[in-house]
Amino acid sequence: MPPKPRMSDRRPIIELRDVEKHYGMGEITVKALRGVTLTVYEGDYISILGPSGCGKSTLLNILGCLDQPTEGDYLLEGENVANLADDDLSQVRGKRLGFIFQSYNLIQQLTVVENIEVPLYYQGISEKESHEIAASLAEQVGLGSRLDHRPAELSGGQQQRVAIARALANDPAVILADEATGNLDSKSGGDILQIFDDLNQRGKTLILITHDEGMADRTSRVIRLKDGLIHYDSMGQAAPSEMNYKSKALSTG
Amino acid sequence: MVRQTNPVLSNATVTSFQKLNSPLQLINPWRVKRSVILGLKSLWLHKLRSLLTAMGIVFGVASVIAMLAIGEGASYEAQLQLKNLGSQNIILTSVKPTNTSTAGEEERSLVIEYGVTYRDLEQIRATVPGVEIAVPGRRIKDFLWNQTRSIDAEVLGTVPWFPEMRNRRMVEGRFFLQIEMEGCDPVCVINEELAAKLFPLSSPIGKEIRLQRNYFKIVGIIETNATGANTEFGSKGMSKADESGAGDSEDADLPMEMMIPLSTLEDRFGEVLFKYRSGSFEAEKVDFHEVTVKIDDGYPVVPAAEAIRHILERNHKEVDYKITVPLELLRRAERTKQIFNIVLGSIAAISLLVGGIGIMNIMLATVTERTREIGIRRALGAKQRDIVLQFLVETILLSGAGGLIGVGLGLGVPVIIEKFANMMTIIQFWAPTLAFSISVLTGVIFGIYPAIRAASMNPVEALRHE
Repeated sequence: MPPKPRMSDRRPIIELRDVEKHYGMGEITVKALRGVTLTVYEGDYISILGPSGCGKSTLLNILGCLDQPTEGDYLLEGENVANLADDDLSQVRGKRLGFIFQSYNLIQQLTVVENIEVPLYYQGISEKESHEIAASLAEQVGLGSRLDHRPAELSGGQQQRVAIARALANDPAVILADEATGNLDSKSGGDILQIFDDLNQRGKTLILITHDEGMADRTSRVIRLKDGLIHYDSMGQAAPSEMNYKSKALSTG
Repeated sequence: MVRQTNPVLSNATVTSFQKLNSPLQLINPWRVKRSVILGLKSLWLHKLRSLLTAMGIVFGVASVIAMLAIGEGASYEAQLQLKNLGSQNIILTSVKPTNTSTAGEEERSLVIEYGVTYRDLEQIRATVPGVEIAVPGRRIKDFLWNQTRSIDAEVLGTVPWFPEMRNRRMVEGRFFLQIEMEGCDPVCVINEELAAKLFPLSSPIGKEIRLQRNYFKIVGIIETNATGANTEFGSKGMSKADESGAGDSEDADLPMEMMIPLSTLEDRFGEVLFKYRSGSFEAEKVDFHEVTVKIDDGYPVVPAAEAIRHILERNHKEVDYKITVPLELLRRAERTKQIFNIVLGSIAAISLLVGGIGIMNIMLATVTERTREIGIRRALGAKQRDIVLQFLVETILLSGAGGLIGVGLGLGVPVIIEKFANMMTIIQFWAPTLAFSISVLTGVIFGIYPAIRAASMNPVEALRHE
């Protein structure tokens, strides 16, 4: 494992520039994000916090290429993905992003190993090869003996570990976790967080969405969202964002 | 690009990342194979539901096969009849009139006179062009005896060239000859069925059969007319009269026939035929029971039949004759086939339509039920066409499976029809293939919409779906 590079050497993986997201609800337009500018570097271990309704989920959807920004640019590994066609977005998701959800989101009728194989399947990787990769990843998250179990036969913590293995399957540039420990007891949640720590140690870029302060303490960078804007960034980008927020508040107020 | 490489991923993986955007991805056989396996799994998960959903297709496909089998059978039967009766032939049959208007009169007279007469034939020969009175025949229906064995059968007095005219094959021995006809010899030819019944143990050739007081020497055995067409038209009037006496009648399907020279019949039994049946006495005078009129090749058969009908109408007060035109029989059979095709075709079309709608309905429900799964798959890199493929394959599997069951059922139904409805059925090798293809096509048609609906779901909303 190479030593963790210093901040100055690190290359940006995600660059959001003045990203806005509007939702049309009849006459009224709701602005869920009101100009988020954010750079995520390779190897970052970020937690994004904020009260509900602050735009966390919207931000995650945009970061995860599940949704597209109304305004602004999103550069993922240098490529602007803000205006890609649907197929290309699928491609980006399948190849460069890994998702971990609060409710695990495993496919119930598939076994552990088959669930881990799903992203590989959509990348056109051969059955044999993807089986090897999936089995090895299951081994890494400690489920090597349960390859043929169905999700319903596993505990919550185990299911989430399957989800992590699945998120790793395509060797993504960024792993996005949405309240990954939200449904777990503290012991299982701790195990999951331990896996996240290990992954970051190995150089993986992780973005965790949470409202758990304890989880935020473990990450190397904390971002707080409020009313669709970045309210605080422990890496020191809070100031412009704050000013931006104030100026916007003034202009709209 | 300096991406970190997961130690698990080999170089081969990286290269396979590069063939991603191929437009052929949808029809990649490997992908289709995986989709099929996936589809089978999820159908197997809801076995009963899948089975019930496929039912409409099952019946649709079964009726397609049954339709084709019955249609083919009917037209084969008609062609067989045509072959037996001859396509250029018109067959005139005498029919004993049912005593209606002239009842009182008829009962008084001892001899009932009816049927096609010498006069009719003279006129037909004189007026209808290209006509040839080919095979005249008279029939007696009475008991035939071999020692103590007896059987109710038909005796046909006819001419030596009867077999060629009617396409009947000799099984053993020979048909009687011109010289025997001229000499009014007591010789006969019996059909296989009769031979089997009267002479179960030995060959009947050279033996004698007794009819009333006369003995006939058997010279040959002719094949049984399997279609029954001959007797059906030939003996309607008589068999009605004989019903009371024919208590021991054998299989109605297979006629018992004995053929003797026409001259012999006239010589031995005269113009008036007497019958003694269970105490009652009947006499009838019929010139010909059956006449085959052959129309020469150059002349059209149907107008000739029409002309003959006019002549007979003029000569007979009552309709005591029947005109059978094999060509018309064929046409009628074709029409029957058409009606069957329309009826069963409609059943098939409706079944397939309803079945297709049923499948579509269930697939739409499935799509809703599996919204979450669709969201997950989309998040994990599935393109819209991957989702389309997944659901389309599932629908096709469902309808295809229904099609297979339907083919099984459809192959069984004609067997039952043949047994109980006494209709001939023929299953052409291409019929199941066609029916199965229709089922698959139904799957495609009715699967497209649910599949597209599944694929066009917004991934974010799909993931949020409970």
